[in-house]
Amino acid sequence: MREVYFYGTCLVDLFFPDAGMAGIQLLREAGVKVIFPDGQTCCGQPAFNCGYWEEARDVARAQVALFPRDLPVILPSGSCAGMMKNHYPELFHGQPDEAEVRAFSGRVYELTQFLVDVLQVQLKDLGEPVKVTWHSSCHAVRDLGLKGQPQALLGQLAQVELAPLAREHECCGFGGTFSVRQPEISGAMSCDKAADAEATGASVLLSTDGGCLLNVNGTLEAKRSPLRVQHIAEFLWERTHAR
Amino acid sequence: MHAEREILFRESAAAALLDPQLRANFRRAMDGLISKRQAQFPDPRDLQELRDLSTAIRSRSLLRLPELLEQLEASCTKNGIQVHWAETCEQANELILGLLQARGAKTLVKGKSMVSEEMHLNAFLEANGVEAIESDLGEYIIQLDGETPSHIIMPAIHKNKDQIARQFSQKIKDAKYTEDVDELTAMARKVLRQKFLEADAGLSGVNFAVAETGTLCLVENEGNGRMSTHVPPLHIAVMGLEKVVADLESVAPLYAILTRSATGQAVSTYFNLITGPRGADEKDGPREVHLVILDNGRSRIYADPELRATLRCIRCGACMNHCPVYTRVGGHAYEAVYPGPIGKILTPQMEGVGVRHDLVHGSSLCGACGEVCPVEIPIPEILVRLRREATHSDPGSQVAGKGTGRLASEDWTWRLWAAVLKRPALYRLATWFATRLGGALPAGVPLLREWTRTRTQPVPARRSLSERMRAEGGSHD
Repeated sequence: MREVYFYGTCLVDLFFPDAGMAGIQLLREAGVKVIFPDGQTCCGQPAFNCGYWEEARDVARAQVALFPRDLPVILPSGSCAGMMKNHYPELFHGQPDEAEVRAFSGRVYELTQFLVDVLQVQLKDLGEPVKVTWHSSCHAVRDLGLKGQPQALLGQLAQVELAPLAREHECCGFGGTFSVRQPEISGAMSCDKAADAEATGASVLLSTDGGCLLNVNGTLEAKRSPLRVQHIAEFLWERTHAR
Repeated sequence: MHAEREILFRESAAAALLDPQLRANFRRAMDGLISKRQAQFPDPRDLQELRDLSTAIRSRSLLRLPELLEQLEASCTKNGIQVHWAETCEQANELILGLLQARGAKTLVKGKSMVSEEMHLNAFLEANGVEAIESDLGEYIIQLDGETPSHIIMPAIHKNKDQIARQFSQKIKDAKYTEDVDELTAMARKVLRQKFLEADAGLSGVNFAVAETGTLCLVENEGNGRMSTHVPPLHIAVMGLEKVVADLESVAPLYAILTRSATGQAVSTYFNLITGPRGADEKDGPREVHLVILDNGRSRIYADPELRATLRCIRCGACMNHCPVYTRVGGHAYEAVYPGPIGKILTPQMEGVGVRHDLVHGSSLCGACGEVCPVEIPIPEILVRLRREATHSDPGSQVAGKGTGRLASEDWTWRLWAAVLKRPALYRLATWFATRLGGALPAGVPLLREWTRTRTQPVPARRSLSERMRAEGGSHD
């Protein structure tokens, strides 16, 4: 039986545990044994992006140690996957454990990437007709390099209509610490993203990334919008399992 | 700890966001530029090929920079172009003033030059009794209002047609009010024609300087570049020292990607190849041509193998056109000569990473800039590097103001963050409290206060994923 590791990420751990559970269930349903090592915290990206690389390394090192076996590491986040896959080698450049970290980075996948590219899952839609919209997280696309895997999965769902955002590839304004260091600009970007999503007429906005979802959700709630946000893993799980 | 941080950007940006006219002007203009660029690159593979080639040309030019600059000087000299070197803006300004004064020049007509903006040349010349007249239409518009460029290639893009119509009717002598673009352009043209004829000297920038042939290439759309460089008896060109390329063959791809990335044009209306002053048998052209090559911190940028990529820039402005931050706040909010993503990496390297900490953190790191950059400057990675330099400074680093953006409070925050997150037991305790307290965090917490300006407070789940997986058991290794 194929085995994989699952890395929950801090935002999913704390704010979207249902998305994490759904991701694990989707993998299990595809015939994969999912190992969830205890003791996971954060990939270290916030400190890395703010220039505090020593602190980022301390935290990153503790994560890498949890995944010793040569198994794929699956993350329900494009941003954290991009950090572990592309930026860990930079962060550990010249460190004694660089080789070990590089090997780990080579095993990292974002969830939809693994479902489509490796497992080639086929989904059967059991839900009512619904209109959704899609926010492509900047880091998932530009940093990690997702190439339409989430859309491919949504495309398998017969009753799901995907209404694109007018500015699908524009940043939602989250940007980690950017959201609190530059709250005015970040807020303006978030409000535009929320308005764009509302204009699609969709009832739910989906994304691969907890940061974007937390940001857009907070903005939609503040303007009392009926539009919901949901992590794609949770949405896929719900659609393929009648409630 | 010596923190000398500015918060210029956040304050200016917040003010700009409150101006709906400004936001509309930028959004409309940037959308137009994005779609025009897109139309020029219908095939992503062709675009990538041209980007690869352009990146290679610029990287190779930089690799050979000292040698190419020497060759450029020799070739220019052979062509009769007199070459001058300036380490600082002050030196460059003095040099130019000296050239003008020695010839009794009182008026200088300018083509567009961002390096001259970097030098604050106009103000310096005015203070020394020389009138500098901007002849690029956009530059002319902003000079009438005493403004600085809000975009590196479209300096007056923050104004719309109606605003310019009002401005012209108030500021240009005998001008009638009209919103007709052709009539407005004709008004500026009429004023500027006279200036070209009367000016004692002309000044231009340089898009590419060809080392092998001693050719100064100037890309423009209005003919004002050609007028500024050919009508007055003295032509002074200014360039940053990174603008040199090896040969004319290097120019073609760079020109092709520059105009397409900048304005979505396959070619510009004018492309000037300046090879020296008027020859003995020629009827027009300047009597003298001078080239001022400016350093102003570029050598220091050049010395760093990672940051050197900053100097690949061909000043197309595509990064700002595609930037979600620039699009919303416009160029003036950056309080810098070069706005937008390229300005965010260039300005702190010139002025200091500590004092311009506001700029290096003024990005969501969305990566739109790096994605469209015709010479593949990794702007987000460089921003992260500069954030690190602002607080820590890599060993051997020569970054301006390294380590001067450090705050004790921030140090402690990250230390505490790491102390908790590298210890699963502490993290477990912290998440236990967070999940049990739910949304009951005090609303006055500083970061939360910023977050909730436009958003509701995020509420942690009742039980974390880790807790649920522990409860489930069995799935651990």
